[in-house]
Amino acid sequence: MINNKSLVSITDYSKEEYLRILQLADEFEKNPQPGLLKDKVVATLFFEPSTRTRLSFESAVLKLGGKVIGFSDSSSSSVTKGETLYDTIKIVSNYCDLIVMRHPLEGTARFASEVTNIPVVNAGDGANQHPTQTLLDLYSIQKTQGTLDNLTIMMVGDLKYGRTVHSLLMAMTQFQTTFHFISPDELKMPEEYKYYLNQLGLKYTEQKDFGANVKDADIIYMTRVQKERFSDPIEYERTKNAYVLKNKMLDGTKETMKVLHPLPRVNEIDQDVDSSPKAYYFTQALNGVFVRQAIIASILGLK
Amino acid sequence: MKDKKLEVSAIENGTVIDHIPANVLFKVISILNLDKIDKQITFGTNLISKKLGKKAIIKLSDTFFIDKEINKIALVAPQAKLNIIRDYSVVEKRIVEVPEEIIGIAKCMNPKCITNNERIVTRFQVISKSNVKLKCHYCEKITDQDHIEIV
Repeated sequence: MINNKSLVSITDYSKEEYLRILQLADEFEKNPQPGLLKDKVVATLFFEPSTRTRLSFESAVLKLGGKVIGFSDSSSSSVTKGETLYDTIKIVSNYCDLIVMRHPLEGTARFASEVTNIPVVNAGDGANQHPTQTLLDLYSIQKTQGTLDNLTIMMVGDLKYGRTVHSLLMAMTQFQTTFHFISPDELKMPEEYKYYLNQLGLKYTEQKDFGANVKDADIIYMTRVQKERFSDPIEYERTKNAYVLKNKMLDGTKETMKVLHPLPRVNEIDQDVDSSPKAYYFTQALNGVFVRQAIIASILGLK
Repeated sequence: MKDKKLEVSAIENGTVIDHIPANVLFKVISILNLDKIDKQITFGTNLISKKLGKKAIIKLSDTFFIDKEINKIALVAPQAKLNIIRDYSVVEKRIVEVPEEIIGIAKCMNPKCITNNERIVTRFQVISKSNVKLKCHYCEKITDQDHIEIV
């Protein structure tokens, strides 16, 4: 059971707990159960702006019949008066049943979970963790593929700094996944993750372009290649177009294949992909609401 | 010329910490809070060592450590050896061992870690003991041996 337990890192949950959340998310998708969070207050503390994640959490709470308090950036909190995170968490804990927190510094959610008795859900701490994104990715994969086992996932773009691909990789290692990593040399998957896959005996390939492997993929997980990550701007200009997914490039891919993206996209998925039945990123964002309903209800011991 | 040897004096009871790399002597002093104890301490540094090139040694009168306490120095002096002295004789030899968890000693090398931005006691899980690697309990980033800084 996950009752009354903070969700800070994707590795806090076991495979069984992932599957339980996905099953609950499916229940909430069919029936939002608006009375479940009656008399419960959830604080959304966003020390940096993140419109999509915050609205998704707030939508999840409101659909469950709960109430939301909080702030959407630190300039509207006592942080501007010099209040420590410790004090903010202690004080807010008096006003709510659960804290959802986004912070630009890494490790803040773990720290918060240790200074309060109420559960904390990490909605992103710097470049470290964003576990609810990973759970909604798992839900999207399961929904579209009918299973999480033995799939082939192609991860494309910024594999070096992208926390979403790292967390997804860690979670999917539980399901005998084959990975294809597509990135420029400067943004390759860090060695520690490849080492981990080697230790588990899981297959992966690394390449600079989509190549023939695109035909094997069950999921293409696109991420944004960030210009500011490149030390050589010419290298960026040379490689950026290799990662603009166009509808034509989906020719010959599996009928069941889906394109996912944690969003926001800039230009790495051409708008001509949007009309393809293989484009799934907007529904993926919708799935986030059901998954967050499941996480909140589960952590509060209501499900 | 008469062969003269200058040694730090022997102690009657206490602990001798030997084989400390010369360049970390003051880190060891700081980790063990030796600047705050009221017992007699003598130390020597830049002594010739076959193993380390130059080593340091600390002799502490009437001071004994529990493993948990002394093992903290393994972060900076993994080859350190302890001689426990009773009545001028070595009664026990011990080596230090890198502990499983490091609390309040090392600094996380990630500038964006919460521990480098608020007054929080640092905490690491030791994920490699031979070539020390510390995983930050908070930000989950790795600080390796070359980047370990003592708080």
